[in-house]
Amino acid sequence: MVEAAENSRVFVPSPPKGKGDKCVRDTDFMRANHMNLLKHQRDETMRKGIRTKQYSLKECVACHAVPGNDGQPVSYEDPKNFCRSCHDYVAVKLDCFECHASKPAKGQAHALPNADNAYRVSGGLPQ
Amino acid sequence: MTKTDTQSPDRRRFLGNAAALAAGITIAPGVTLYGVAQAKPLDQPVSNSVRWGMLIDSNRCADGCTDCVTACNTENGLQGHGRPATDAQWIRKVNLRDPKTGAKKSLPVLCMHCSEPPCVDVCPTGASFKRDDGIVLVDKHTCIGCRYCMMACPYKARSFVHETLSEQTPQTPRGKGTVESCTLCVHRVDAGGTPACVEACTEKAGRDAMVFGDLNDPASEISKKLAKHVTTRLRADLGLEPGVHYSGI
Repeated sequence: MVEAAENSRVFVPSPPKGKGDKCVRDTDFMRANHMNLLKHQRDETMRKGIRTKQYSLKECVACHAVPGNDGQPVSYEDPKNFCRSCHDYVAVKLDCFECHASKPAKGQAHALPNADNAYRVSGGLPQ
Repeated sequence: MTKTDTQSPDRRRFLGNAAALAAGITIAPGVTLYGVAQAKPLDQPVSNSVRWGMLIDSNRCADGCTDCVTACNTENGLQGHGRPATDAQWIRKVNLRDPKTGAKKSLPVLCMHCSEPPCVDVCPTGASFKRDDGIVLVDKHTCIGCRYCMMACPYKARSFVHETLSEQTPQTPRGKGTVESCTLCVHRVDAGGTPACVEACTEKAGRDAMVFGDLNDPASEISKKLAKHVTTRLRADLGLEPGVHYSGI
């Protein structure tokens, strides 16, 4: 899929790494199917009260928290936000965060703001 | 497409038995002490073996105390916009007065979580629905904000979100253009807890006016109280079978 070539003239997003070694599925699968996983989980939780954590939006948000200038996780309002870093690029609007919280609750374990996790898009996206 | 069953039937059965053992402690042969509601396993759907309900003792509810309302607002991130006519209100205090005698009562009114909810009947998209355990919810993913349910509800339990919101709490997603109402703190109930209003009434206000529990379980505190005391349900004549019971009115 999308590979960020160092010297490419084409700008591609390089979203910051999440917490831990790997995501709940491999990266290529997640790139193509994360919305299906979320939508499936959404109905299971809403209608049946199944609250497994693997594909829960709350867990995505916690694991993929990106620190802002103050070291605290940024919300979807900030272009550094994990979801936004790609969705801005592909110009796909997402409605999740009109209702859902886009950053972890205070006290909820989330990705630590360290150097490895810093925003890696050189130059940043056009804002 | 993504549903994977990693647990064999044997493992499920074993876990079920283990949960049953955890729920009841045998004191002596033939005598079993049942604890309060146990958290259901995360991967299990809710079932109709449970019917959540509430009993509100209006004799214990104090005029002027709004701890249940405050707790609800805090838990679910409900913030007013200075417009009392349209601001979201999931639970409210209602004051009653008998015009003949002057006797007064104060009690909280919230979504009654009816067995036959009219809001579900009128919903054109299926967004209003009743979970198997009796909790009536709005699936905001399919709600189009038509507000038929608000007109159908005889308890005025529902609110419409008029404003663009931000800083919602992670446990309670809310957004502009959708109808919402008391969820019976479904996120807490699924984790084995009680609604925030009940907790506040018991622990903060120390009044114990609200009891939450399983109406299907004869050993639950609420069932025992319902069996002992005469209780009423608001507009019981409508035949909606509300899950919220009142005593003292």
